[in-house]
Parts: sequence; C-alpha cells; structure tokens
Amino acid sequence: MSNRNFVALRTIWIKECTRFLRIWVQTLVPPAITMSLYFVIFGNLIGERIGQMGGFTYMEFIVPGLIMMAVITNSYANVSSSFFSAKFQRNVEELLIAPVPNWIIILGYVGGGVARAMLIGVIVTLVSLFFVDVHIHSLGIIVLTVLLTSTLFATAGLINAVFAKTFDDISMVPTFVLTPLTYLGGVFYSLSLLPEFWQWVSKANPIVYMVNGFRYGFLGVSDVNYLTSLGLLVVFNLALFAVAYQLINRGVGIRH
Amino acid sequence: MKALNISGLTKTYRGGTQALRGIDLTVSEGDFFALLGPNGAGKSTTIGIISSLVNKSGGNVSVFGHDIDTALVDAKSCIGLVPQEFNFNQFETLLQIVVNQAGYYGVPRDIAKQRAEKYLKQLDLWDKRNQPARELSGGMKRRLMIARALMHEPKMLILDEPTAGVDIEIRRSMWTFLKAINEQGITIILTTHYLEEAEMLCRNIAIIDKGTIVENTSMKALLAKLNIETFVLDLAPVEQAPALEGFTHRQLDDHTLEVDVPKESGLNDVFRQLSDQGVTVLSMRNKANRLEELFVRMVESGRQQKDQGAANE
Ligand SMILES: Nc1ncnc2c1ncn2[C@@H]1O[C@H](COP(=O)(O)OP(=O)(O)OP(=O)(O)O)[C@@H](O)[C@H]1O
Ligand SMILES: [Mg+2]
Repeated sequence: MSNRNFVALRTIWIKECTRFLRIWVQTLVPPAITMSLYFVIFGNLIGERIGQMGGFTYMEFIVPGLIMMAVITNSYANVSSSFFSAKFQRNVEELLIAPVPNWIIILGYVGGGVARAMLIGVIVTLVSLFFVDVHIHSLGIIVLTVLLTSTLFATAGLINAVFAKTFDDISMVPTFVLTPLTYLGGVFYSLSLLPEFWQWVSKANPIVYMVNGFRYGFLGVSDVNYLTSLGLLVVFNLALFAVAYQLINRGVGIRH
Repeated sequence: MKALNISGLTKTYRGGTQALRGIDLTVSEGDFFALLGPNGAGKSTTIGIISSLVNKSGGNVSVFGHDIDTALVDAKSCIGLVPQEFNFNQFETLLQIVVNQAGYYGVPRDIAKQRAEKYLKQLDLWDKRNQPARELSGGMKRRLMIARALMHEPKMLILDEPTAGVDIEIRRSMWTFLKAINEQGITIILTTHYLEEAEMLCRNIAIIDKGTIVENTSMKALLAKLNIETFVLDLAPVEQAPALEGFTHRQLDDHTLEVDVPKESGLNDVFRQLSDQGVTVLSMRNKANRLEELFVRMVESGRQQKDQGAANE
C-alpha cells in the first residue's frame, strides 16, 4: 500500500471511530443494556429452569451467541448509518474528489464498523462476567470468527447504505432479515433440539455457522464444524467485498 | 501547459436532462477565470465532472495535462474544490473537517494540523476550530469550505458560487484572499452570479447557457464590447412621451424614461432634445451593472444564433 493510501485509510478509520465514540450514548450504551437484560432474563431467571444445554449451563451456552449477536448488529448498524449519513449530508463528496481508491474507502468504513463491534464485544463480555465464568477453548478461533463476522456484516451494511434513499431503508434489513436470522441462528438453543427437517433448514442460515463457530471457540462444542464456519465466512466476505467494490466503482447512489 | 483543457464535453443526466451539449474550454496556468451563466446553465455540472462528482457522458477533460480517464489520481491531486452546496459533516468540528480532508489526499496528520492552523487563521475561523460546523454562520461555512479545499495545497482552486449569501464586507475580504492566493500562482476558476465579482477578480471569462459556451474571451475584450449604457431618467410628469431621435428609449410611466446611450454619442444630445420639448429631468441613474446587462445580451444573442441555426437546418 502506498504511503498516501495508508494515510487516507487511517484518516477514514479515525474519522469513523471518532463518530461512534462521539455519540457513545447511542452506539455503546444500548447494546450493553440489552445484553444485560438478556443475561438476567434468559440466563438467570429462565435459564435456571432450563438446565443443561450442550453439556453447559444455559447461561454459559448463550453467552457466546449473545456476544455474536451484538457484534453482528453493531457492525451492520455502524457502517449503514455512517455511510448513509455521509451520502445524505453529502460529505461523501470529500472522499469522491480526493485521490482515494475505492477499496480504501470500503476498508476504512468497514474498519470503523469492526472497531465499534469489537469494543462492544469486549463490553458485553465484561458484562457477562457478572453472570458466568467465561471458558476459553481456543482464543484463535474466537478472534478469527468474530473478526470475519464483523467485516462481513460491516460490508453488508455498506451495501445497504449504497442503495438506501431514506433512513427507513437502512432499518429495513436489520428488522426484517438480520434479527429473525439471528434469533433463528442458534443463539438461544442448540440445533439438536430441533426436528430433523428444521435442523436441515437452519443450516441454510449463515448466522448459524458464525454463532456456532464462535461458541466452539469458547466452549469447544458446536452444531457444525468450525472449519466449515471459517471457510464460509471467508467466502461470504470475498463475495460481499466484490459486490461493494463494484457498486462504489460504478458510483451507484453517490455519483450522478 | 494548460491548467484545464476541456473538449467536446457532454452530459445527459439519468432522466434525460441534457446539461452539457459539447463544451470546449481552456484555462491557462495561473489564470483567474470566471464561468458565468444563468441558473441551470450547466456550471455546476461542468465543475462536477472536472472534480469527479459527476460522470461525464462524452468528451475529454485534462487537468495540468492529466487526463481524468487515464490519470485520475494525478488530476485529482491538482484540484481543490469549493462546491456550491455545503457538503461537510455538520457534526464534525472545523479542525476535524479540514485535517481529515488533508488525510484523504495523503497529507500526514502532523503536517495537516499545521496547515489547518494556517488556513483557518487566514480565513478567520481559528477561534471556532473546536466547534461543530453546524454552529457556523452561512458566511463562515463558505470560508470553511475554502480552507478545506486548500489543505492539500492544490495547483488549481475551483469555486462554485463561493460568495453566495455572504455580506459585502466578508465578500470583499474573500476577494482579497483569493487575489492573494492567485498571485502566489494558484489557478482559480470561479462561478458567480455577482457580476461585479467577476469584473473585479477575473482575467478571462466564459459564458455558458443551456449547456453551450456562448462566449469565451478576456474580461477586457468583453468589457470593450459593452459600449451601450442604459440610463433611467426621472422626469417631472409629462402627458405625452417625449420623442428622442437617434436613441432607443422606453417610456415606462408618466415620469420615467429609459434611454440606451452608445458611449460615443454622449448624453448632451439627449438632454438637448428633452429640454427642446420642455421636459424637465429631475434625476438620473445607471440602470444596472454594465456587466450584468452585457451578460443578458450575450446569452440572448447566443440563443438567437442557435434558433437561427436550428431554423436553417
Ligand atoms: N443530479 C442531477 N440530476 C438530474 N438533472 C440534474 C442534476 N443536476 C443538475 N441537473 C440539471 O442539469 C442542468 C444544469 O444544472 P447545473 O446545476 O449544472 O446548473 P448551474 O449552471 O450550476 O445552475 P445554478 O446557477 O443554478 O447553480 C439543469 O437543467 C439541472 O436541472
Ligand atoms: Mg450551480
């Protein structure tokens, strides 16, 4: 990477981090509160009655899924709202007139989403320590899975923002696609509880692989092979990056 | 080498608006160049294409010899843009806005911070550096965009109506500033609706109307073409419109008369004819800015030529 590109990338990344830190009440506090509620209600109150799942207490079982849920939502939300507002306020033009290659623009925005998601991942993990002892089976798998998941959803958020014409357009996908897929993605239950047919259907849900890969990193148990999870993540990442790159190159939604 | 070379530039927007119909334009290095034209003429479209905000439909643009199709990065590095509409993040502070812009051009942060101080001070914004941009007045926002455009020290500065909505005092100080940076060697292209501004600042000028260049010449040559002035005479009420031989004139009401006076004829004859008819002239003023008049005439004659051309086809 040339020095100029590196400076540009760093600048976009710092700008993105400054943005979510400036509005931390909107960006960092809500996930901490939501996740605490999940821990209290599902983990503590209801979980006590559920008993074991996958050989662990219910609370231990859902912690990785809940962290992953926060990471997914926040990677997506950060990039979709930041890039859309850059379009809306037209400050995306500051980048378009400058000699910044499009892949740097994408990396910068995605990097910002990843930074917020990682920070929230750490916050949620810290919150969870009040409720359970966190096991770590393989730190490498944990870090790799969470990073790849975060880049994937950050890129997806960028693509959403490219097409969005109103603020409503960037809340549609999270409401109608991401949330249902996450809830059905094995955050709260092991797929083995489902009838065979629904197990099979669930495996078409990409989030199942991310949640399970991540959980494997913590607990060493998973409904799917962690290598499949990592492999799929890499493939999805490459595919979405290619889509985002095409869109920005053609100037869809940003250049007349 | 030319600072800007445009040939055969066309633009049709999605939806079918033909904003540019084949524009040729050159701007020399170090020039102070005005691009004038009525609303919707295609000024911002032209500037948008030069600065990569708008995709062209056809034609060529090169900036200091760098073609935007083949050497875009080099072309972009030469240009600083002050757009017509505010386009910064209203929630960022002035310092963040200018330092980040420098970063996009690859200027390291420590150097960017020094330049930020220099340009924000020059544009009288340094006291506000830590305030979010939305707290600035309209005139300050315009100046912020000028500071931002200079952060990577471009060879050419393009300003799209930089003084729109700016009071006369600040406008004057912006003129002084722009003249000074032009004297340091920065090529400046400017669009404006304040024709006094073009007259004050610019050496060369192009007039664009409906996507076509109707005039492209030096300011001096243009002003020389303007040999007719219109005067508005305030009369003691008259019952019948006075006759004025040899002058185009219009009686607006019983006490107002407009007369077009070619420079070489002078005013004596007008007054002699009026006093012969017993008409009392109470006061007199120039109708409008000379350049403004000229501008209207240029655009109109351009349109007539085009209509004739169309009729002959
Ligand atoms: N994004 C766009 N989509 C469609 N048409 C556009 C767009 N931008 C400009 N136009 C049209 O192109 C033509 C030229 O517009 P342009 O903004 O270049 O004019 P201008 O000379 O800058 O006018 P003004 O003095 O009002 O700023 C107009 O007819 C305008 O409606
Ligand atoms: Mg315009």
